[in-house]
Amino acid sequence: MSSDSLIEQNQNIDLLRFATAGSVDDGKSTLIGRLLYDSKSIFEDQLNTIRTFSRAHRNQEIDYSLVTDGLKSEREQGITIDVAYRFFSTPKRRFIIADTPGHEQYTRNMATGASNASLALILVDARNGVVTQTKRHSFISSLLGIRNFVVAVNKMDLVDYSEEVFDNIVNEFNAFADKLSDESVYYIPISALKGDNVIERSENMPWYKGSTLLDYLENVNVSGGRNLVEFRFPVQYVNWGGGDDFRGYCGTIASGVIHKGDKVRVLPSGKTSKISRIVTYDGDLDYAFAPMAVTLCLEDDIDISRGDTIAKVDDLPGIAGSLEANVVWMDSTPLEIGKDYFIKHTTSTVKGNFEEVVHEFDPDDISMKSSEFLGLNGIGKVKIELKSPIFADIYSENRATGSFIVIDPLTNQTAAAGMITKYKQVSPDKACKAVKARIITYTGDKKEEAKVNYDRLSMHGTHCIYVDDDLLQETLCKGVPMDSVKYTEMIDDLCKIATRSGVSVVVCSDHLSS
Amino acid sequence: MAIKEESYRLSNLKALEAESIGIIREVAAEFDNPVMLYSVGKDSSVMAHLAIKAFYPKKVPFPLLHIDTGYKFPEMYEFRDYYTKKHELDLRIHRNEEALKRGVNPLSVGTVKCCADLKTKALLDALKEGGYDAAFGGARRDEEKSRAKERIYSFRDKHGQWNPKNQKPELWSLFNSKIDPGESIRVFPLSNWTELDIWTYIYHENIDIVPLYFAKERPVIEKNGQLIPVYTDEHEGEVKDVMCRFRTLGCHYCTGAVKSEADTLPKIIEEMMVARHSERITRVIDHDQDSSMEQKKKEGYF
Repeated sequence: MSSDSLIEQNQNIDLLRFATAGSVDDGKSTLIGRLLYDSKSIFEDQLNTIRTFSRAHRNQEIDYSLVTDGLKSEREQGITIDVAYRFFSTPKRRFIIADTPGHEQYTRNMATGASNASLALILVDARNGVVTQTKRHSFISSLLGIRNFVVAVNKMDLVDYSEEVFDNIVNEFNAFADKLSDESVYYIPISALKGDNVIERSENMPWYKGSTLLDYLENVNVSGGRNLVEFRFPVQYVNWGGGDDFRGYCGTIASGVIHKGDKVRVLPSGKTSKISRIVTYDGDLDYAFAPMAVTLCLEDDIDISRGDTIAKVDDLPGIAGSLEANVVWMDSTPLEIGKDYFIKHTTSTVKGNFEEVVHEFDPDDISMKSSEFLGLNGIGKVKIELKSPIFADIYSENRATGSFIVIDPLTNQTAAAGMITKYKQVSPDKACKAVKARIITYTGDKKEEAKVNYDRLSMHGTHCIYVDDDLLQETLCKGVPMDSVKYTEMIDDLCKIATRSGVSVVVCSDHLSS
Repeated sequence: MAIKEESYRLSNLKALEAESIGIIREVAAEFDNPVMLYSVGKDSSVMAHLAIKAFYPKKVPFPLLHIDTGYKFPEMYEFRDYYTKKHELDLRIHRNEEALKRGVNPLSVGTVKCCADLKTKALLDALKEGGYDAAFGGARRDEEKSRAKERIYSFRDKHGQWNPKNQKPELWSLFNSKIDPGESIRVFPLSNWTELDIWTYIYHENIDIVPLYFAKERPVIEKNGQLIPVYTDEHEGEVKDVMCRFRTLGCHYCTGAVKSEADTLPKIIEEMMVARHSERITRVIDHDQDSSMEQKKKEGYF
């Protein structure tokens, strides 16, 4: 094969992102180490380092967990603290593994790994069966929208490769999985340490007729979770200025497809226009789709800032003023009812507060109990009141516009991950007013500072104008003395007209009314 | 690389490109004063290329910063000036002049101290002086095991330090950009790329790279199993000409070449596909001590 077609082929093979889950000491790191080792994905120099450490500290030839436990404190304690992202490929598929920690303390890191995965590989220790942490991870994976589960029953070598032990775990997990939503679950008995059914079929378990783990991962058909129906374009960055009249809206298409000439509506203003260009560095496109990062230009000059959403005229997201959502709490400071939090959703960050915890889930049996708050690793359904609306969909229909994170404004910590289940719609009119234009004033010799702030605001997509006394004297207020009442009134009127149209004003003058 | 008519599938590289461009734009939109670390290597070339693409047809709205140890390969300096000028990038250069005056180099003080002075300190000083609140770096998770643990937005405290035990959870592509004054974020838009992806992308996009990556006969000496290039005549006698190339670029004292015949991009990619050693095997500084990269990162190194 020529090198060109080899390169091409390598690029076109499919990618599967999966996350590991399960309790501590179930052998996740060992399994990943084994997968990488047996698929010859570990470089020799790295292997030598692992071999030396294993001989010196673990009294064994190779401790496979050292392949992924990359932090010094992890190797010292023999546990996984944070997600390690590992890459490997076979001729059939490329894989990104998020190897996540089992310790309850680090559940947030497990959710981090699972949020971008389309399959969860859940490890169960054959000796211990399905434990709370296995269920917690499975439940979080399910909430995050993962529908493909592989349950690898590990350490079969320590239970004499017993079919009965395996069957019991299958039954136990099946009973639990029935309470999740529509998961497909595949069960494989393995020994990560000895290599049974990981890549090589095990001779120790002739009773097992299914696939080996690698075989399964290479062939499983994973539904993408990508929505190509509703077009959603959260505006990320307004690209303009610098002397020409180009004005484009940069962003990543969250879902759907857009063609040049399509009629679109911009939220929150509700104004409509047509796509005049889909700009990329490689040339203009006739159409683009999720998850492409493009720049859209519109036929009409309308006020659009970062955080706005462009959608097709007849297919709009909800303009959500309040939310009902499932959240996974990740901060050691518990959820506080009524306190202001930042809600980051697509490209907009708004303030919001929790009205109530509708119920908290018990991960053991997905039962609901009433609760006043959620603590670290708590999972519950909540109601959130937003101070400005967001343009949202339900998470199960649209991952990108249905997800958000909660940030504690006091500590800047990411406190929770949220998945929208329901929202209350506000009218577009109200939404428009909620994006308030501001007047930013500077007095004295602050012209340079004012200009810097103006540039910064513009860069960040705020529609604004800049005026100072020199400019006013040359234009609008020509001939009007600066110390006159008339002059002050004229500036005030200018500010009023601008803000009423949603345009902020940066003004540097000593002659303002207040 | 064009999208096939009415097919809604992105190739692996196009998906990686879209993800990285999204990250770069997000930082430009949310931070007041971002900067892109530019080390002149292949990953830097790709990262700068992605930044150019992200803001096309406008210019890249933030500067590039080269932390210059003073001991980079001469070819790197030449390339740096050529590349940034060609693409109208705003290049800033920072060197720890005080340490250079003291005569710090890997031979005089050892590689650990040399890196601490000429790289880590220089970087932290430059970030502080520039008042940068976000700094892009070209690190990839497949490079090294402590890098496999990095978030895309990696939080650094007032002293530029990393705490691997307390990284913020990072869900979907929603990045938390809230920081207090003095704190900063290191951003890694190439996190999910592999070395092979980088090379394939360079090939497809026709991106300029330093010629040191291509094999040719070079004068080298052999030292602790590494082929170290020679730029002075102090090693006369030990020097031999070897057909070799570089997989990574750093300071010429501390970066070894690998024997190779790969003098074109397709040949390099083919070599990558069958490589049995990691790219960082030629980086002397990674092997200073156990966990040396993790230690450097905690202190503020990229």
